[in-house]
Amino acid sequence: MSPRNLSLLRTFAPLLGIAVLAVVMLVVAPAVLSPFRLNSLGKYTCWAIAAVGIGLAWGRGGMLVLGQGVFFGLGGYAMAMHLKLEAAGPGNVPDFMVLYGDGTMPGFWEPFRSGPFTIFAILALPAAVATVIGWAIFKRRVKGAYFAILTQAMAVVFATLLVATIKETGGFNGLNQFTQFFGYNLYDPVNKQMVYSITVGLLLVCLLIVWQLYRSRFGELLVATRDAEERVRFLGHDPANIKLVAFVVAAMMASVGGAMFAPIAGIISPSDVDATASIFLIAGVALGGRALFLGPALGALTVGYGRTALSEAFPNQWTYFLGALFVVVILLLPRGVGDLPRLVRTTLDRRTSA
Amino acid sequence: MDAFTTPLLAGTASGALLLIAALGLSLTFGQMGVINMAHGEFLMVGAYTAYVTQQVVTNADLSILIALPVAFVVAGLLGLLLEVAVISWMYRRPLDTLLVTVGVSLVLQQLAKDIFGAQGDPVVGPGWLEGTIPVFGYNWPLRQIFTVVLAVGALAALAALLKYTSFGRQIRATVQNRDLAETMGVSTRVVDRITFFVGSGLAGLGGVAVSLISGTNPNLGRAYIISAFLVVVAGGLGQLKGTVIAAFAVGVVTAFFADWTSAAMAQVATFALVVLFLQLRPQGLFTVRTRGLT
Repeated sequence: MSPRNLSLLRTFAPLLGIAVLAVVMLVVAPAVLSPFRLNSLGKYTCWAIAAVGIGLAWGRGGMLVLGQGVFFGLGGYAMAMHLKLEAAGPGNVPDFMVLYGDGTMPGFWEPFRSGPFTIFAILALPAAVATVIGWAIFKRRVKGAYFAILTQAMAVVFATLLVATIKETGGFNGLNQFTQFFGYNLYDPVNKQMVYSITVGLLLVCLLIVWQLYRSRFGELLVATRDAEERVRFLGHDPANIKLVAFVVAAMMASVGGAMFAPIAGIISPSDVDATASIFLIAGVALGGRALFLGPALGALTVGYGRTALSEAFPNQWTYFLGALFVVVILLLPRGVGDLPRLVRTTLDRRTSA
Repeated sequence: MDAFTTPLLAGTASGALLLIAALGLSLTFGQMGVINMAHGEFLMVGAYTAYVTQQVVTNADLSILIALPVAFVVAGLLGLLLEVAVISWMYRRPLDTLLVTVGVSLVLQQLAKDIFGAQGDPVVGPGWLEGTIPVFGYNWPLRQIFTVVLAVGALAALAALLKYTSFGRQIRATVQNRDLAETMGVSTRVVDRITFFVGSGLAGLGGVAVSLISGTNPNLGRAYIISAFLVVVAGGLGQLKGTVIAAFAVGVVTAFFADWTSAAMAQVATFALVVLFLQLRPQGLFTVRTRGLT
């Protein structure tokens, strides 16, 4: 192949990957999987959407985000509140408020009766929270481990807050028993598949967004900031702004993933969004390859599937696998499984040249 | 008066626990840049050591005294094992140690669940720790005072070790300038290992104190690790005094907020305060001054 064709291939290989993923997930998977398995795949897809954002922030931006569960939860709870109100019907309050409280609805629930507002909130809430926190952290040049610990503390605080507010957010049980999704009956298999397809569509959109971001000047600046923040500063850019944009985009993607998770899983609870859940999201990204284009999404799908398969086979040992996965992947394959071909190639090259 | 002294004294006790947990973290973080997320599990190991000791030595008055040194050694050895087996391979990637140790902490939690059950076990307190002492109208439980005494004792021992022994000088040299220390003949590898042993052992001591207050629990470490890290972040690296002030500040502030609002709101407030505090002092309270850029 001529160099020109090769560079064209390099540029558009990600698009090819997205296309293959689209065919597999939108055409092949619904044809071969049972509705139950397809629904599970939908759940993994939600994690994959969040993982794409983590790949952007952590893989390309070097910011270890250990609290993406917070944003996943913001989107998830925003969507769940809307679904809950839809299930309750106009003028009524969600069932758990009658059960645990006096049947009065807190004021912040009211706007979520509106579908468009909910969609707006799913994007705007995480963006606002991430902007405030990111601004406070990045502008003061707090980074590295400090940043990671602060984001994880955020996840712990968020989950504690949810558990403590049983009258407002359902507490430990979370929100569940949704019947409708924007007017479509969720018990109908056709509608369930539609929700699945929307989720896959959103994953593909997120992939297209990061593809464009990685190709842009911003993407180059982001990688430069990861590798040599001070040099970027000396060149006249403000690394805080660059990191802030990546952090906010990652937060919004996590939120979109969470928003689709609620109708697919049928529940969102503090255990879906706490520090452990956030770490689970990281696991997929680490496995797939944090800085690779498709690595985070594929890794998240794999880890999601692995969690189901292993929990079914060994109910108590799943945690060992997850723990071992972290140790082995980070220790031996810091760039993820997606890096294996390159590793093999360099090893072979060294052999042949030696 | 009561509304003031109760949170103050109870907060001092929880601050003392945070201090024991944070001392080890601050040592390893400050010296090696290693973020050990499994540190909380060393607390848990200490608590279970107290429990197991009690099964062997049934005299509760004695068993706690025996458990203290045993927990120090058990947790310390575990930390040493972690350092040798995993962390020593990745000193060039400090941020990644965070994730690896997350994996280790998951494994340790599940191990504790499988060995001792998910429920957790009570540890019988010794008779000489039953009862309370009235302080400004608040009946301060002796167990909480024991925690404070233990923390202050551990702090004093550590400070003396750092200040007066040659090993302490080697640690301080390594923290301040690793390359130069190496040039002067300090084996930084050995220093790192012993530091890890001491830091993890301190967590084991803290675990014994925790077991007296809340018994054992496989998830016990999780409750402390994040607060302990916030203490380290707010206190700054490389010096003990920052950690000490931050630990008691976090403990007392959280107790006051919990008294005024609820335990959950107290966590939110403490987190917000730490982030706000970092606006004023991004490096934490005290830090070793360098002319380096980062």
